[in-house]
Order: sequence, then structure tokens, then C-alpha cells
Amino acid sequence: MTRAFLRNKTYLVPLLLLLVAIGLNYYLQPNFFQPRVLNGNLRVMLPLMVLAAGQAIVIIAGGIDLSVGAMVSLVNVTLVTLITRESGPPEMLLGAGVALLLGAAAGALNGVCVAFLRLQPIVTTYATSFLFSGVALIILPRPGGSLPRALTTFYRSAPLGIPATAFGIVVLLLLWVLLRRTRFMQNLYAIGGSAAAARASGVRVALNSFFSYVAMGVFAALAAMMLTLSTGSGNSRLGDAMTLPSIVAVVLGGTRLAGGRGGVVGAVIGVAILTIIRNLITFANVPTWYQTLFDAVIILLALAGPGIVRLIRERKA
Amino acid sequence: MKAFISRIPPAAVALVLSVLLFFAGGLVQPDFLNAAQAINIVRLAAFLGIIAAGQTLVIIAGGEGIDLSVGAVVTLGAILTFMVSGGNNEGLWLAVLVVIAAGAAIGLVNGLGIVYIRIPPLVMTLGMAGVVQGTILAVTRGDIPGGVPRALANFVTGRFLGVPGAIYIWAVFGLAMWFVLQRTRYGRELFAVGVNRRTAALSGVNVPGVVILTYTLSGVLAALGGLLLLGFTQRVFLTLGESYLFPSIAAVVVGGTVLAGGRGSYFGTMAGALVLTMTESLLRAMRMGEAYQLIVFGGILVVLLSVYGRQRQSN
Repeated sequence: MTRAFLRNKTYLVPLLLLLVAIGLNYYLQPNFFQPRVLNGNLRVMLPLMVLAAGQAIVIIAGGIDLSVGAMVSLVNVTLVTLITRESGPPEMLLGAGVALLLGAAAGALNGVCVAFLRLQPIVTTYATSFLFSGVALIILPRPGGSLPRALTTFYRSAPLGIPATAFGIVVLLLLWVLLRRTRFMQNLYAIGGSAAAARASGVRVALNSFFSYVAMGVFAALAAMMLTLSTGSGNSRLGDAMTLPSIVAVVLGGTRLAGGRGGVVGAVIGVAILTIIRNLITFANVPTWYQTLFDAVIILLALAGPGIVRLIRERKA
Repeated sequence: MKAFISRIPPAAVALVLSVLLFFAGGLVQPDFLNAAQAINIVRLAAFLGIIAAGQTLVIIAGGEGIDLSVGAVVTLGAILTFMVSGGNNEGLWLAVLVVIAAGAAIGLVNGLGIVYIRIPPLVMTLGMAGVVQGTILAVTRGDIPGGVPRALANFVTGRFLGVPGAIYIWAVFGLAMWFVLQRTRYGRELFAVGVNRRTAALSGVNVPGVVILTYTLSGVLAALGGLLLLGFTQRVFLTLGESYLFPSIAAVVVGGTVLAGGRGSYFGTMAGALVLTMTESLLRAMRMGEAYQLIVFGGILVVLLSVYGRQRQSN
């Protein structure tokens, strides 16, 4: 397993980047590894990691989803409408069930448009994001709502001294290990590599890519659940700002935007890198007005890194 | 029937749709239907259309081509004009030069990153948008001194024969884009590169050169769009151009330019900009709640895309 992982060079560059980032963060913020600080970081990362995991699956299959942020918002407002401060376990279960179904339905809508009607994914999912935002705004016109205290405390808790969110990441990675071996995922890799070749070898291209969007919807719903546990309230625009970072994280993690290669592990690493870059900028005391610029330049350099290395190697050869 | 529909040029479909939408607007909201309103909508569409010009070139060039930096570059163009001219007519020419240079530099870096470092266009231009926004914040610190030259405002909003200047400017843009795409060597090579890079290279086209030039042009056109937009809004803010980013892509696709590259026209983009602006104006005129406006706009966009945004069977 470990050796296979190391031989798989896809994750090598992102992993090195992450180690450098963690090292710098530890240097600037010596209490980085203290449970309280670590837990705080993981709480911020987990929802975006789950979302980027879904995005990775869609991108592997050669698609892309710009509606993920709006889906997160939609599920978030639905959750805080169904669950109130006084809710007990039945309402919580109902809320979770409805959230997952809603995510799957939203993803299915994207899937129908892209896979069956053959619309172009970038613009189509941009269009459906308006639909999801509109419905979210109808469900919750003004930010508000609150969850039972037990739920938000659970998200912050650290059973056995390990943050609950760390368990969340482990579960996400385990889920990927299982999913990766399925026929479905193998089909998605084949479709992303070459749709024509996949079709020729008997893969049902439209059906499988339809389900990649449904899976995305389910992951968006899961991400929304984590985010709602983290914020404890609802806002019809809550997830909007997560769309583009979810894509950047996938690419940082070594997944090709053209499809056919990459994985969820990379996306998880990508999110960790993005979050730690933010930390670094805060703890390096970068003046407020320069923070956006530093953030963007570092991300661009991280994206360019593998390409620059390749360019130098080609020059030498 | 289907074969017949697919033979009508997308630009014509989009154009007919906008006229139909306009009259449909008159049915629900009688005061919507008058010449002043029509002119106003075309004027609004002009800015989206001009900003989408570079996007059209980038998308025709193919190779997953897309420019997500146009929003930030539009803002930069407006802010540079505001600051460099300081509100003086004499400073306007210098501002135009600075705006073109800045747009070209940003587009050039995009092109170099995409061609030589092989960063996918989507993330390269997205990262560049962040860098441009960050630079604006770092330099201005939220406080932007300057002014709008009166000449620019008059040029864009002043009327000649009852039609605002912005529409004339857009028409000139349209003709220039048609000329570039249909009558120049660059235009021919651009389509060749969009259809298939390998065959283009084999037939002697300098593919990297064409792609880099295309992103450079996109930067210049977006920055100029920002300059013109300033003449209309007459004030600057840090998110000025952001709302034009995805509509610029949608306008290109609704106008029949294929995201896979190699096929498309700027007249299509113009008609696409018109349809999108018409739809938005109509929804606003009907005084729907914001939520329903979003839903209907999204729905109409999906329908428009399904008319012409379809991919070929095996992509």
C-alpha cells in the first residue's frame, strides 16, 4: 500500500508542497500541533475537503461542476429549516435524509443536462447554480436558524483525544479507498481518459457520467452538513465562495482538469495546502491589504510548480 | 425539423429570441415595450458584448480555452482609467495607453503560463484573477483617487441621432472582430488551432504564438471594456467587473461558439449578450422577487444552452 502510494507520482508533488507548508506553519505558529489549534484548522478544512472530493470525481470523469457552492447553500438552508434548536434525534435523522436526497436530486439535474442532453458542463452548471441559489433564497430569505447545541458541540468534540473532524477525514479517505475499487470509478477513469475509447470498450458513458454528478450532489450535501455543524446557522449564500476553491484544490492535488487521472487523496491534500497558505499569511503578519495578493501569488506558484520543474528537466535533456 | 433547426445560424436564433422576449415583456408589462427601453437594453448589452469579445477569441482557440481573469481585468481597466486620467480629458489618452499595456501584460502572462508551463487555462486565469485583485487591493488600499474624464462619459453616454455612443462603439467592435476573424491570417490560424492543434502545427501555423496572442488580446479587450464601462457607471469599486465574468462565457456559448473550440463567431456572441441582457431586464421589469428572478434566469439559460450549447456525440 505505502510503496504503491509512493510509486504513484501523482501525489508526490502535492505531498511535498503540503509538508513544506506545514513546516512553515509550525515555524511561524509553534503551537500548530496543539490539539486545540489543530482541531480549529481541521474544522475549517473538512467541509471543503468533502466538497473537493466530489469535485475530483466529476473532474476525473472529464466534467466539472460550478454549482457545488449553490448546492451547499441549498442544503444548508434546508437543514436549518428542518432542524431547530429544540429538535431531537428523529428530526435530525429526517434532516440528514432530506439533505442527502436533495443533494442527489440537484446532482441528478446537472447529470441529466450534461450526460443525457450533452450540454457543456461549465456553462450548464453555472446556469443551474442560479436555480439552486433561487430555491435556497425562497427557503430561507434571511440568514438565521440554529442547531441543537448537542450537534455543534459534537462537531467540536475530540473523543479519545482526537478531533471528531480528524475521524471525518479518515472516513472520507476510507470511503475513497472503497470507491476507487468499484467498477463505477474504473468506468469514470476510462471515460475521462477517452470517452470514445470507453464507449468502444462497452462502458455506458452517459449513464456513468450522469452518476458522477449524482455522486457530486451527495458529496455537496455531506459538505453542507459539516459546514452547518460548523457554523450552526443558515445563509442562502453560505457555500457560494466554496466553488472555485474546490476546483483549485483538485488541481493542486495533481488531478488533471482534462480528466482520466487523479483522485480524492490529492483533493484532500489540496484543501489542506489552501488552508495552510491562509494560516501562513495570517501568522507571517502580512499587512491586511497585501493578504489577497500573497494568497493568489502563492497559489499560482503552487499550480505552476510541477510545470516549471518539467520545463527545466526538458531543457536539460 | 431537427436538421432544419441546426442549419439556422445560432446568432440569428439568439437575435430572434431577444426580439420575441422583448415583445413577450410587452405582454406582461405594457410599459416595457417602447423604443427608449429597447435602446437602453441594447446599451446595457453593449458592455457585456465588448467584454465578451476576448472571451470569444479564447474559446475559439480551443484546448479547454477559457479566460476567468476578465472580471478582474475589467475592474483594473476602469480603476487605471480613473487613476491615470485623474478625471482630466487630457489624461485620457495616456490612460488608454496604460490600460492597453496592463491588459496586454496580464494576457501575455496568462498565455505564457498556459502554453509553456502547461497550467490548464481555467486555473491559470483564475489564479491570475486573484493576483490582479490582490494587486489592486495592495496598491489602492481600498482608497481610489481619481475621476472620470468628461470626454469619456460623453463618448459613452452621449447620444447621436438618439442612439447612445456605447452602441456605436459596440457596432465598430463587431465589424472589427468580424474583420479579424474572417479576413486576417490570424483569424484563419485561430480557427485552425481551435479545430486541431496538431494539424495546425503540421500545416505551418505557429500554434504557441497564436495561443499567446489570443490570451494577450483577451486581456487588452477586457481592459478596454473596463475603460468604456467606467464611462457608463462613472464610478469605480473593487467588484465592478466581477458580475461580467460568467455572463461573458454564457454569451459566447449561447451565441453558438463551441467550448471545444474551432467554431464560432463574434456576431453570435453579440446576439448572446443581447439575449442575456434582455432576459435580465425583462425579469427586473416584471418586479419578481430576487429568488424567482434567479430561478427563471437559470431556467432560461439552461433552455438557451440546450438549443445551441450541445456537444458532439463523441468529444
